[in-house]
Amino acid sequence: MSDTPRSFQEIILRLQSYWARHGCAILQPYDMEVGAGTFHPATTLRSLGTNPWAAAYVQPSRRPTDGRYGENPNRLQYYYQYQVLIKPSPPNLQELYLGSLQAIGVDMDLHDIRFVEDDWESPTLGAWGLGWEVWCDGMEVSQFTYFQQVGGHDCHPVSGELTYGLERLAMYILGVDHVMDMPFNDPDAPIPLSYGDIFKQTEEEYARWNFDVANTDVLLRHFEEAEAECKTIIEQEHMDPKTGKRIVMAHPAYDQAIKASHMFNLLDARGVISVTERQAYIGRVRALTKMCADAFVQTRAGGWTGDAT
Amino acid sequence: MADLLIELFSEEIPARMQARAADDLKKLLTDGMVEAGLTYASAAAFATPRRLCLTVEGLLDASPRTVEERKGPKADAPEKAIEGFLRGAGLTRDDLEKRDTPKGAILFAKIVKEGRPAAEIIADVLEHTIRTFPWPKSMRWGNGTLKWVRPLHTILCILSREDGAEVVPLDVDGIVSGNTTYGHRFLAPDAITVNNFDDYAAKLKRAFVVLDSAERRDAIWHDATNMAFASGMEVVEDAGLLAEVAGLVEWPVVLMGRIGDDFLDLPPEVLQTSMKEHQKFFSVRNPKTGRIERFVTVANRTTADDGATILAGNEKVLSARLADAKFFWDNDLRIARSDVGMAAWVENLKNVTFHNKLGTQAELIDRMAVLARALAPMVGADADDAEQAAKIAKADLSSEMVYEFPELQGLMGRYYALAAGMSEEVAAAAEEHYAPLGPSDDVPTAPVSVAVALAEKIDKLTGFWAIDEKPTGSKDPFALRRAALGVIRTLVENDISTDLSAVALKGFGAHRVKLADPSEEADFTNLDLPINLLDFFHDRLKVYLKDQGIRHDIIDACIAMEGNDDLTLLVKRARALSDTLKTDDGENLLQAFKRANNILSQAEAGTNLEYSHGGDVKFAETDEERALFAALDQADSVIAPAMKAQDFSTAMSALASLRPTLDAFFEAVQINTDNDVVRRNRLNLLGRIRTLCASIADLTKIDG
Repeated sequence: MSDTPRSFQEIILRLQSYWARHGCAILQPYDMEVGAGTFHPATTLRSLGTNPWAAAYVQPSRRPTDGRYGENPNRLQYYYQYQVLIKPSPPNLQELYLGSLQAIGVDMDLHDIRFVEDDWESPTLGAWGLGWEVWCDGMEVSQFTYFQQVGGHDCHPVSGELTYGLERLAMYILGVDHVMDMPFNDPDAPIPLSYGDIFKQTEEEYARWNFDVANTDVLLRHFEEAEAECKTIIEQEHMDPKTGKRIVMAHPAYDQAIKASHMFNLLDARGVISVTERQAYIGRVRALTKMCADAFVQTRAGGWTGDAT
Repeated sequence: MADLLIELFSEEIPARMQARAADDLKKLLTDGMVEAGLTYASAAAFATPRRLCLTVEGLLDASPRTVEERKGPKADAPEKAIEGFLRGAGLTRDDLEKRDTPKGAILFAKIVKEGRPAAEIIADVLEHTIRTFPWPKSMRWGNGTLKWVRPLHTILCILSREDGAEVVPLDVDGIVSGNTTYGHRFLAPDAITVNNFDDYAAKLKRAFVVLDSAERRDAIWHDATNMAFASGMEVVEDAGLLAEVAGLVEWPVVLMGRIGDDFLDLPPEVLQTSMKEHQKFFSVRNPKTGRIERFVTVANRTTADDGATILAGNEKVLSARLADAKFFWDNDLRIARSDVGMAAWVENLKNVTFHNKLGTQAELIDRMAVLARALAPMVGADADDAEQAAKIAKADLSSEMVYEFPELQGLMGRYYALAAGMSEEVAAAAEEHYAPLGPSDDVPTAPVSVAVALAEKIDKLTGFWAIDEKPTGSKDPFALRRAALGVIRTLVENDISTDLSAVALKGFGAHRVKLADPSEEADFTNLDLPINLLDFFHDRLKVYLKDQGIRHDIIDACIAMEGNDDLTLLVKRARALSDTLKTDDGENLLQAFKRANNILSQAEAGTNLEYSHGGDVKFAETDEERALFAALDQADSVIAPAMKAQDFSTAMSALASLRPTLDAFFEAVQINTDNDVVRRNRLNLLGRIRTLCASIADLTKIDG
């Protein structure tokens, strides 16, 4: 068996099986537009509360401002992140992480792996943590973070989060200079497909739409509607009058926060948000995620243990 | 005697925190031990990315037993007083001894503190140090509550003597102390057992860990410069980067790589910034071409292929980074050279807010252009150049390069302005108008740059004054103190005379502040603003001059004079006055002036009289009076033209030269005589001194 993977998807599959082998639940991508794997409720919400958690998943991520019409060798407005979240963070998380690099074909005896300070902060999630960006021969291949606070809540226990920028990492391992040239499936497959075969078209289309066509009035309205809906959901009584059950709707509300955040990113790409307004928008999204975090810790999944009765 | 070795082994410590952490570890541990009576001969601390280490030599085996005698109440004191004393001293009745003294029988207590073994003290102090360590930022991990900079894995703590080493027992939230550590993460990851510091340092080195950051730094610099030299090149010095890189590796291996030919024409600052900020590479310059042509990177390990894979990877990453930079540079140049040119960027700045109450960046630029034009004649710049420079000075804020590397703002503007065909002077202003950024930063000196630099800062100050966002206490979010100091230094150090009030009025006008004409259309009304802003300038000026050794009261004496809105003039006056008052003559003249002023004030008090007619020499009765008349005439003839020429030091030394004549006058002449004509004449003579002094500075404000 060759130790070096032959395609983008093989790298993903190896990560999936590595983390499955190390006890993670392998989840599927969240079915909404998010800017990063951290936004998946399996990370944002599950890092809250006291219940243990271990999950790994691929998350397609959208950053409209990074669109380059598929021309830039490294920049994409739609790309994949691989995300691992383990709560509480195990003492050997660094070793586990290095093992995952080995699993995808990084020879530890030939490369220079470094943990370089990078404090992580997400103003829209009201979250921060300490950790590193992990360098392989000078290239950032992952973010490694110990969550300290999410949605304004202190994390007890602390989650360890790993985020791999899949395209960049894969390009490095496969020795590809332009992302669009990277083999997506096995190059010897009957129908070999490159990354470009799959995404060149969409990168062009979205870059044009993101930068020049998206209707900013509509985006703004969507932002405000999502914001209003999020608040409405949160304001509901915990007791569901129909079923008589206590149902705190943290996740539906959080979907709306995700939506608002994406609308903000689109507005930003359209260049209609000034520096000062930017802070205000970020503050509004943060207020939503904070509400959702407050709600989540009121759920059983979030560690709520029920009334004394 | 024993030696102590401590190592706190953790996940990677940020490079910038390591040196300070080593110092803190040493200080906290040694202070704590000494306070507990455990003295030592010497101590040293070290840091690597994964460990803090402290070695202490010549430590006492135990803290000494101490005996303290404390005097208590009288033997016949009320029971309550005695009980209180015992409680306070933590003793029982049996510990007291009654002793006769001249004041009667008094109880004495003997407080004995038994010595404690070193290990016990160390364990206490170390645990306390770990729990309270002053990391700039610390974190929790897993299920625990302990905080450290990153997860703490092991604590090595041993006391070694000639006959061997003992582990100092310690348990901090489940981390139990021991005598083992680990080598390099990849090259020698196994556990290592150590006996003492020398053993530890030697074993670590065999396990690919250089403990001392200075040694790592020297090795990096030595190898980097040698490698560059061998290729006929030189490494661009960067002490900060060197220290940082030394904090990223335990086993430094220097590698030199090439920068792709495509990128060699990028501005050197772009190459340097990109390589340093993103990759922590040193720049390597070819002295023959003056260009940055190679880079040095420092790996954390040796490899079987002598770093070939690592270097190839680093070159590839750099190429991707520089491809981005080149993409920005080419795009930016295309725009700068186009027909629209930099105006296209200024147009974009209409969408960028400067401050929500002060409009967009484009509006800021319009105001700066007006101000720069007005300032041009005062600073000796061509008005058209100054206006044009102000219009493009901030254009690069919309360039792609500055979006990517904000720290290159201004510098890129200069490159792009030249590419757009502007003159050197105009282009230079794009870079220099931000200066001075700090109190030791150089001020701009080229007239066009000076005009734009002043325009930018005065616009900022008048703007934030208009919307009442002045600095308060320690809060100065818009760095207005720095802006004011920048104006002061730019004016004074370039010896530029301006009517700052008039300039500020223009600034306020541009911000649509209604100041005088009630028919003016305005967004803000506040008639006190200009005065208030001038006061602010004067306050900053006091701080500036105080740093140069000029006293507060001297500055006040000068601020009280006409023309105090010309800061350069004000500073000259203050410097001359300060110099004069440092001389004997100056100091005595001040006393003489104060005496004259007091006499006059008393004489004038309660009357409508003002003794300012100058007196007449024909009513003089004594030689001393006549001498003073003559001396004043002489001084007048020097001081008046000197003042006109703003030659304060000549004026002031002429004034100071009056001192012996004036002293003799006060010695010999009684002002108050029965002859009213003579008396008034003398008062008027003193009045001349007062007037003369007052033409130079308000000496009543001087202390002493």
